[in-house]
Amino acid sequence: MTAIEASKLARRRRIRGLALTFGRFAIMLATTFLGLLAVTFFIGRVVPIDPVLAIVGDRAPAAVVERVREQMGFNLPLWQQFFIYLRQALTGDFGVSVLTTNPVFDDILRVFPATLELATVGTLIGAGLGVPLGVIAAVRRGSFADQIVRIVGLIGYSVPIFWLGLLSLLLFYARLKWVAYPGRLDVAYEYTFTPITGLYLFDAAWTRQWDILWDAFRHIILPGSLLGYFSLAYISRMTRSFMLNELGQEYIVAARAKGLSERRIVWFHALRNAAVPLVTVIALSYAGLLEGSVLTETVFSWPGIGLYITNSLQNADMNAVLGGTIVIGTVFIAINMFSDLLYRLLDPRTRMR
Amino acid sequence: MKAPLRAKAFREFSAGVALAVLMTLGAPTYAATPADTLVEGFAIDDLITLDPAEAFEFSAAEFIANSYNKLVNLDLQDTSKIVGELADSWTVSDDSLTYTFKLKPGLQFASGNPITAADVAYSFERVVKLDKSPGFLITQFGITGDNVAEKAKALDPLTFQLTVDKAYAPSFVLNVLTSMTASVVDKELVLQHVKPVTPSDEFKYDNDFGNEWLKSAYAGSGPFKLIVWKANEALVLERNDNATIHQAALKRIIYRHMKESAGQRLALENGDIDIARNLEPGDVDAIAAKEGYTVTSAPKGTLYLLGLNQKNQYLAKPQVRQAIKYLIDYDAIASTLIKGIGQVHQTFLPSGQLGALEDKPFSLNVDKAKALLAEAGLPDGFAVTLDVRNTQPVSGIAESLQQTFAQAGIKLELIVGDGKQVLTKCRARQHDMCFSNWGSDYFDPNSNAETFTVNTDNSDASKNKTLAWRNSWDPGELNGVTHAALQEKDTAKRTAMYQDLERKVLDTGPYAFIYQQIEVAGYSSKVKNFRLGPSFDTNYVFPISKD
Repeated sequence: MTAIEASKLARRRRIRGLALTFGRFAIMLATTFLGLLAVTFFIGRVVPIDPVLAIVGDRAPAAVVERVREQMGFNLPLWQQFFIYLRQALTGDFGVSVLTTNPVFDDILRVFPATLELATVGTLIGAGLGVPLGVIAAVRRGSFADQIVRIVGLIGYSVPIFWLGLLSLLLFYARLKWVAYPGRLDVAYEYTFTPITGLYLFDAAWTRQWDILWDAFRHIILPGSLLGYFSLAYISRMTRSFMLNELGQEYIVAARAKGLSERRIVWFHALRNAAVPLVTVIALSYAGLLEGSVLTETVFSWPGIGLYITNSLQNADMNAVLGGTIVIGTVFIAINMFSDLLYRLLDPRTRMR
Repeated sequence: MKAPLRAKAFREFSAGVALAVLMTLGAPTYAATPADTLVEGFAIDDLITLDPAEAFEFSAAEFIANSYNKLVNLDLQDTSKIVGELADSWTVSDDSLTYTFKLKPGLQFASGNPITAADVAYSFERVVKLDKSPGFLITQFGITGDNVAEKAKALDPLTFQLTVDKAYAPSFVLNVLTSMTASVVDKELVLQHVKPVTPSDEFKYDNDFGNEWLKSAYAGSGPFKLIVWKANEALVLERNDNATIHQAALKRIIYRHMKESAGQRLALENGDIDIARNLEPGDVDAIAAKEGYTVTSAPKGTLYLLGLNQKNQYLAKPQVRQAIKYLIDYDAIASTLIKGIGQVHQTFLPSGQLGALEDKPFSLNVDKAKALLAEAGLPDGFAVTLDVRNTQPVSGIAESLQQTFAQAGIKLELIVGDGKQVLTKCRARQHDMCFSNWGSDYFDPNSNAETFTVNTDNSDASKNKTLAWRNSWDPGELNGVTHAALQEKDTAKRTAMYQDLERKVLDTGPYAFIYQQIEVAGYSSKVKNFRLGPSFDTNYVFPISKD
């Protein structure tokens, strides 16, 4: 066998391996989605709420109720309804929201950017502050700083966000007047600014409207910080325990013996090794925020997906609930894939394989 | 070399964060709404369409009332009277079947198009043929897609004629025509935006009458026109300088979607909104006590009541029904749970409507209730369930009922559920007692009488799901009285008939009315001429000005 043949064979094997991985991944994706669709669909159908009532309202004449029931296919057998739904969902058609009368897809396109923006700001704050805090707590284990981080984390865990939101509004908005409220922009921009992507910070920067960027920032900073605080609480606790684990390893002793500076040992060697599991933690916390924080959205009049789904759920608007659930499921899967990718970058061993 | 670079990057990053924080801290903001703009904090998440032929929501009613005109409207000084809006005058034929409206000359839409009888006819045609949720308001006059061209037609550019199928009381027909569904749309403008559709069994017409476009657009003549509606965010209106009926004082009205009472209060106190529309009792008190702010309120057409299902052997006894009405602590509920958002009301017509009675014969009287229960053969009481939705104040009231009922030996079990869940169950009349609310569909006593005192088929298969049916109650002769009142030409006689009906229901009906909803708003004293109307159709913003 010549060298060329060998390399060809190796490439072919690699391609086959890749195809296999891809195929396995596709199957996993398909089953996850199917499961997601099936569970949400059947839950949606067994709730003791008449969906026709949600559509036509309480006062509609009996004939209208019957007509709509027919139109929506609610008098077909359940399995048939499920297949119809499956077919529609596969073509990206989640149906029309009965609550807003818009296609669910359009609604989600409208509300999701608001949540995405808020969750991103929250995660940046949470990870940007939570990781250093966790590292400090681990390095100075048992010290005063460690106790402070623990208490900060504990408060973040245990205080209801609704209450904290109102209190911070009272302080930073009503008393100190540092931040803006309500919503995403001041009224003056409400009818002059046309968003492109729906991520206001990005859109304003893109179109170089700096005053709007500043205004959007003043609106997002408080709810963003609040969500950030919550993910900080979680991220700092996890960072601390990952770091403690790393700091007890032999390679740290070796590094110390080599005479490396403590700072370099902690922030470069130990943190880098703790980063791998930490990425999962941050990704999960990000995904959690992307589901939409209903209470934060309510308090801050933030038109995000959490509020949309809750509203839909309360009004038995099952199309919207299913559509929203699928979007969130997709986001979860995407973020998981993304953190897998980051693993490969961070951990050379996974790259080799 | 890698590590120092990283450390440097990190230092720079932290410096950036610190700078950003400092900038935020350092910038005091100037919070005040523009002088020519009114900003209202209002939960507008019920808004799903702006099309008058489709809309049936509270916030939509307010938008349409301020941006469209109707043939006739309620007299705001006395809401039991009707005045002309687009109509200069009208006549009713002797057989009470034909209504002829003369339009005021020289009227125009915001687009500049003149308002003619053809626009009125087209508006009626849209409502009837689209047949959306509020379609029944017009179709109840026997107008269908097949006959609307004949029943609602323009005789000449300034004369519109409406023909109804029965000799209804003219006050009834005219009251219905004051609802937002009867708003007149700009035919020429709407026709530019109609979308062709394929006729089917459900929808027989070849176009959508501009419904899809008008859902989020505007084709009216009122004092304000639509600038933009962002669902769950904001509704922005601007003065219609072409308005011919009412002129607006301010240039702009912005409804900002805000759901939370405490948040509205903060924004109001901070000057980011001028009017807070969804304040809860605690926040109402705080605003009322604060200098520079005022609170106003108006009773609205929604009643809250207990429905007593007559299928239940105990509730079917008239003494038990009376006893229950004596076991509600109206005073305590009024002074705490519904303070500022509701007023005690015991008859089936809400205050402000033609014929509404203010009688309140019931108050908490445990001894009397016990005596009535003994008379019914139940001296030791009985056990019964109450379905109630999981929101305040109704769930709080339900707990109060549980206590007062227990004093007479009635063991009340609460079944708390989501709003639609409770409604589904009570509509299928599977409840014992149901905590319901009912808002009038239009500003005429028939709207409520039709549901509280009509049940012509008490069988489970009945198609007519009135509240009387839902509580399995056969109103007997009251069916006929309600029907006769609807056709009584003499308004004074008609009023008396409804009052008689109210008294009978009060006495023996399967409903324990508790309170009527009050809409309350807190506002900055800079806002002038703001008042809430008796319905969302009459919450006008055009007279409002600001200092």
